Amino acid sequence: MEYINQIKLEMRSKSENEAFARSVAAAFTSQLDPTVEELTDIKTAISEAVSNAIIHGYQDRDDGIIKIEMAATATSKIIIVVEDKGVGIEDIEKAREPLFTTGNSEERSGMGFTVMESFMDKVIVESKPGEGTRVTLIKVLDQTNGF
Amino acid sequence: MGITFEMIDDILIAILSGELDHHTSLEIREEIDHTFDTFQANNLILSFEKVTFMDSAGIGVVMGRYNKVRTKNGKLALTGCNHYIDRILDMAGIYTIAKCYPSINEAISALREEKGE
Repeated sequence: MEYINQIKLEMRSKSENEAFARSVAAAFTSQLDPTVEELTDIKTAISEAVSNAIIHGYQDRDDGIIKIEMAATATSKIIIVVEDKGVGIEDIEKAREPLFTTGNSEERSGMGFTVMESFMDKVIVESKPGEGTRVTLIKVLDQTNGF
Repeated sequence: MGITFEMIDDILIAILSGELDHHTSLEIREEIDHTFDTFQANNLILSFEKVTFMDSAGIGVVMGRYNKVRTKNGKLALTGCNHYIDRILDMAGIYTIAKCYPSINEAISALREEKGE
């Protein structure tokens, strides 16, 4: 697949950076003339992925490193990879179930992956306990919007 | 994220503004609970009209505040849920515990009616 643009970004696992990741994703996606709805979908999905990395991957520690890569194709496909070197996920299938959340926290909705899946076309989760988690978010923008 | 409060009878109205994510939800939930206790409110209205972004952290905020008002046998109502906020709340089944009304006044009337019954 040939990319027309790519960026790489590393940031610390500070929750303030969730807003930063959304801004970067919005700015990167803007070059493909997205609709407001598509832009919101992508901002929401990356916000969930980065929040997961901070809350679950790094267990709310703010000294972890989150790697984000974004790529765009000529066919208006946006690919976003969010990677952490945190604790990883024991059971990926279970983690993706709606309302599932690990017991160590209050006020978690357990809807993070469900939100990502419903707002993006494809969500790929790769993880190994003790090694980290890599979430790939893919969305094909409706090309009839641009001109 | 900003928050302003109004109090009508025993109803606390929390008007949220800005971006509601995991980071900002940590601050606002404490502020709402603290104000709810300080003013001895029984019912709560969360206004989303000025919220410009919300992810699933917003679901946690609503669920947590629902549990809070239930300790006072009170009710929770939401207002100003735009299309994007509605999608997320609906996905989590939030409307089974709290309805969203078009305006704060309608939410107040609904809370008063329910109490009257």
